[in-house]
Amino acid sequence: MKKLITLTVNGQQQEILVEPQQTLVEALRYTLGLTGTKEGCGNGNCGSCTVIMDGKIVNSCLVFAVEAAGKEIVTIEGVSQGGKLHPLQQAFMDEGALQCGFCTPGFIISGIALLNVNRHPTEEQIRHAFAGNLCRCTGYDKIVRATLKAAAL
Amino acid sequence: MKSFEYLTPRSIEEATGILNKYGNEAKIIAGGTDLIVQMKAGSVCPSYIVDIKYIDALNRLDLDENGSLHIGAAVILSRIVDSEIVKNKFPMLHQACSLIGSDQIRNRATLCGNICNAAPSADSAPPLLCLGARALVADQKGMLTIALEKFFRGPGHTVLKPGQILVGIEVPKMADRSSSHYIRLTTREEMDIAMVGVASFISLTTRDKVCNDIKIALGAVSPTPILVSQMEAAFKGKPITIESIEHAGEMAAGCCIPISDMRASAEYRREMVKVLTRRTLTSICADLGIQS
Amino acid sequence: MTKYSVIGQRLPRVDAATKLTGQAKFAADFTLPNMLWGKVLWSPYPHANIRQIDVSEAAALKGVKAVITAADVPKKKDDEEYPGAMSSCLARNKVIFAGQPVAAVAAINQYVAEEALALIKVDYEVLPAVIDIEEAMKPGAPLVHPNTFTMNIPDKDKKPTNIFWYSKIEKGNIDAGFRQADVVLENVYRTQVVHHGYLEPRASMANVEPDGKVTIWSDNQGIFELREIVAGLLNIPFSKLKVIPVEVGGAFGGKSSQIVAPLCVLLSGKSGLPVKIVTSREETFKTNRPAPAALFTVKIGATKDGAITGAYVKMVYDFGALSGIGGMGQFSFGGPPMLNTYRIPNIKIDNYSVYTNKTPSGPYRGPTATQAAFAIESQLDEVARALKIDPVEFRLKNVSVDGDPMNAPGFGGDDHFGKIGFKPVMEQMKKYLNKRGPVKGGNRGRGVSCGYWATASGSAGAIINLNADGTLDVLIGSVDVSGTRTIAAQVVAEELGVPYEKVTVNTGDTDVAPYSTLSAGSMIARSISKPLHLACQDIIAQLCERAAPLLEVRPDELEYTRGQVQIKGKPDKALTLAEIGGKTFHFPGGSPIIGRGSTQGSGSSPVIAMSTADVEVDKETGKVKILNFATIQDTGCSINPTLIEGQQQGAAAQGIGWALMEKSVYQNGVIQNATLLDYRVPTAVDLPYIDAFAVEIEYENSPFGIRGAGEPPLVPTVAAIANAIRDATGVRMKEVPMTPETVFWALQKKGK
Repeated sequence: MKKLITLTVNGQQQEILVEPQQTLVEALRYTLGLTGTKEGCGNGNCGSCTVIMDGKIVNSCLVFAVEAAGKEIVTIEGVSQGGKLHPLQQAFMDEGALQCGFCTPGFIISGIALLNVNRHPTEEQIRHAFAGNLCRCTGYDKIVRATLKAAAL
Repeated sequence: MKSFEYLTPRSIEEATGILNKYGNEAKIIAGGTDLIVQMKAGSVCPSYIVDIKYIDALNRLDLDENGSLHIGAAVILSRIVDSEIVKNKFPMLHQACSLIGSDQIRNRATLCGNICNAAPSADSAPPLLCLGARALVADQKGMLTIALEKFFRGPGHTVLKPGQILVGIEVPKMADRSSSHYIRLTTREEMDIAMVGVASFISLTTRDKVCNDIKIALGAVSPTPILVSQMEAAFKGKPITIESIEHAGEMAAGCCIPISDMRASAEYRREMVKVLTRRTLTSICADLGIQS
Repeated sequence: MTKYSVIGQRLPRVDAATKLTGQAKFAADFTLPNMLWGKVLWSPYPHANIRQIDVSEAAALKGVKAVITAADVPKKKDDEEYPGAMSSCLARNKVIFAGQPVAAVAAINQYVAEEALALIKVDYEVLPAVIDIEEAMKPGAPLVHPNTFTMNIPDKDKKPTNIFWYSKIEKGNIDAGFRQADVVLENVYRTQVVHHGYLEPRASMANVEPDGKVTIWSDNQGIFELREIVAGLLNIPFSKLKVIPVEVGGAFGGKSSQIVAPLCVLLSGKSGLPVKIVTSREETFKTNRPAPAALFTVKIGATKDGAITGAYVKMVYDFGALSGIGGMGQFSFGGPPMLNTYRIPNIKIDNYSVYTNKTPSGPYRGPTATQAAFAIESQLDEVARALKIDPVEFRLKNVSVDGDPMNAPGFGGDDHFGKIGFKPVMEQMKKYLNKRGPVKGGNRGRGVSCGYWATASGSAGAIINLNADGTLDVLIGSVDVSGTRTIAAQVVAEELGVPYEKVTVNTGDTDVAPYSTLSAGSMIARSISKPLHLACQDIIAQLCERAAPLLEVRPDELEYTRGQVQIKGKPDKALTLAEIGGKTFHFPGGSPIIGRGSTQGSGSSPVIAMSTADVEVDKETGKVKILNFATIQDTGCSINPTLIEGQQQGAAAQGIGWALMEKSVYQNGVIQNATLLDYRVPTAVDLPYIDAFAVEIEYENSPFGIRGAGEPPLVPTVAAIANAIRDATGVRMKEVPMTPETVFWALQKKGK
């Protein structure tokens, strides 16, 4: 039987009906229509579903929607402010740090979370922070460089 | 995935009451990073999910008056990794917890969940075994303490009975003049399951810097994480040398019962137990200022 | 390239903003009102007869709106020849690989669909299966297809077998070649099944309207190819089948086959509602077309001053249960040409293809080439070592140059090289390594390798609408997997001399867009730039015609330059695109200016890429760390260097994974490691920065000399790493992946 839950998504309170076994990524994508968060594996191995929940990055494929009741979620749709790209998004664009774009929302969320706690990460720290985000197109080179560039701003 | 009833007890009593009532039909969720994967694979199919994250008592991460570390069942790995207390007083635990999963996983997964999932390769287990950790278990009758080396029953199984809940892990204060180190062998640098994990701990006598206590624990090379037996008998009171380090590796390799699976063969695992044991002990010796 | 103003510029991708903000829509992101969720029942057995399928309970479950089996699929002629074949998108009487679709359901949500699947009862009669390539080749092995004979062998030798293809290439006299050599070395090499590992799992949605019009959204590498596949399977006229282009989350050759799209169409037709199927990661691994495993015997002979006198290669590729899937054809076309990089007077190549009861293999980024490069370039390295010649010098000594005959002919029957860039690539590598200096430190080594690939091209059309304000809307039918829209915008901006921002590129659906070939085979930049070039010329001609009366001259007195039509030599007597458009579009008497181009493919352009890796080997554990990696290739013309580098770096990462950690593990014919944890692809922590360079030796048959860039950089990577490990440890690894355990045992064996 569906449960009614309330949660805040990108600053807006949302009241939604969810099946107990529905994961947060499914609720975000199919109940709220926020399809920017992707599901690449469903098992927490690829990071495509990364969102920020109460200030910390999590794999939304491994959170039941009911567990997210009362929480504050930030998805990729909530990153750019008033039509202006976040500096990390801009750096990705300038450096060519994306190709197919499927992993990109997850990287942006993880990257922002990193820069929020570490304003000047080293290359090694950036790679470690992105260990849970897989990319098959770029080889990570330009992703790391773009993140360093955004950090230097 | 089938539907279930989602319950959020507010106290340990409430939780054990639910578990007692529903027995094997109920499963506890803390981080969910093992449970949800298993539910998606269909290997676990609970009708009731008991979310323990709302129980205040399970969120403790602190030292008691004896200097023992208390890690509550709902404490996430990233909290342990970021804790100054853990970094300073139990550095091997900090080290091992940083290896589990990714930042995303560590922000949900709990150390107690890692223990209860009881994978032979669980990274938190060998370090905790080395440090003499104890499992704090609650049920309807009250609380009991189980030495961690008696907590695992087999791959994926602990000694917990229906109605029981692991409420925390207690790690005794580390002796002065001691050091510890955990190394695991994986194909990928991160986001991988250990093919072999070795945790070692040595404390020295005050006066003549010989071995007072030594513990070596192994992961991924037996049906459960294990402590290598008879280490103390072989080393207590003796100086640590290159030869004795080699010998420790042989003892450890002789004590494990590895299997051959997708990740590695039994023979390779045995060889790597020797290598990793030697490396952990060498690292500890360096830390303790011993020329071995 | 400094001779162009837009071509050669590092411009941002036109699709960057939508992808960065999560607005870009991939197949699984689309929904329609009243949409149903579909799920597929896959065969659990690698080889079995289907005695009966009972879907009655599944169909009766509340919330289930349609269930389909092969009975719902139109019968095709070759069903009788290949009862398990994919001419039927659902297995008819037999399954020939685990992961073959057997039935599918559509229900009101994913949970009901999952429940319904469990209610489908299939009565299988399990048959002996053959999984390993060498087992499959043995006489008396269970046959994957009962009436298969080896192509191209004398009739008298033909008997039913799993070896369905043999071809050979012979040049000179191989025995004489080896006799002339001072050093002749032979080895056997093996690769395993590997997967593309694209992040986006396969997904499709289809809607069949009451009048029979079908619309499909699906991840793909060609909307027209998708249309052709589905129309062919389900007997639908092309004009009744519309494919909507979507963003694709990685493909690398793996999305030129369509497995769930036709099932969505059948389910939608049966239920009367839109149906979406999103496969899981596990399903994607188990049921989609991986790169074939392969086995090689390589024997190479050379004189002591380094001239290669003879090369023999026996190559055996494991095609899985079916051939011809997604462009793979029936034989390795990337393998035999691997020797084309070099001038070799005496050659013999025996090329075999084998069936096994495994997922049919498909194209992966230079299909069948990387495997051959691993074997051949490893063996070349051994020969160079035996002769004590530097590996780059050895390759330079033997490199093919313009006009040389090809050892293995190309696609279009071309047998001699035109203008090629092999030597410049090698010289660039030599310069790079000299600048880098030798690799220092114990347990460290360096390896280099070449990789040959002939990029293809195909037919395509382009339409350019000039807007009255001087901006341009370009309509193409090419799927963007590698930056096609960006490349197209740069080409048009360059040709018409207008700012990049004034060009908008649209990929239309199959109802409205001009036909385009696949986005595969490194061919899309080449294939689309030709019709774009013609369309731009068409626009220029129309502009001049209309400008003539306005400027009061004859059309032949005009020239087009830098975005304006001017009287020859008089830039101040000119009209811009907006001025001509504004004056000549509208009523009365006006008409739109539309540029049109349609071209055929123009043969294949041979390219080499070269990789170099510095590694450190932990000799006690066998673990290999990549310290440095660089990749160089001839792009002909790097339209957008940032995009090219991205392709090179991504390919390098895939090659590193293939070399060190990737393989699909089969047990009883079923893949055991179908997760992104157990199938390991490199993470950011496993890789260093990847240096990427291009040389630009223009290809004579393409606008701007484009050669195509997507595939070549993968081809040499595995061998480069194997050669680096050889340099670091003295051990020649003959099998990949070179995991810590396999390297450890090889070191142990050598130590004895």
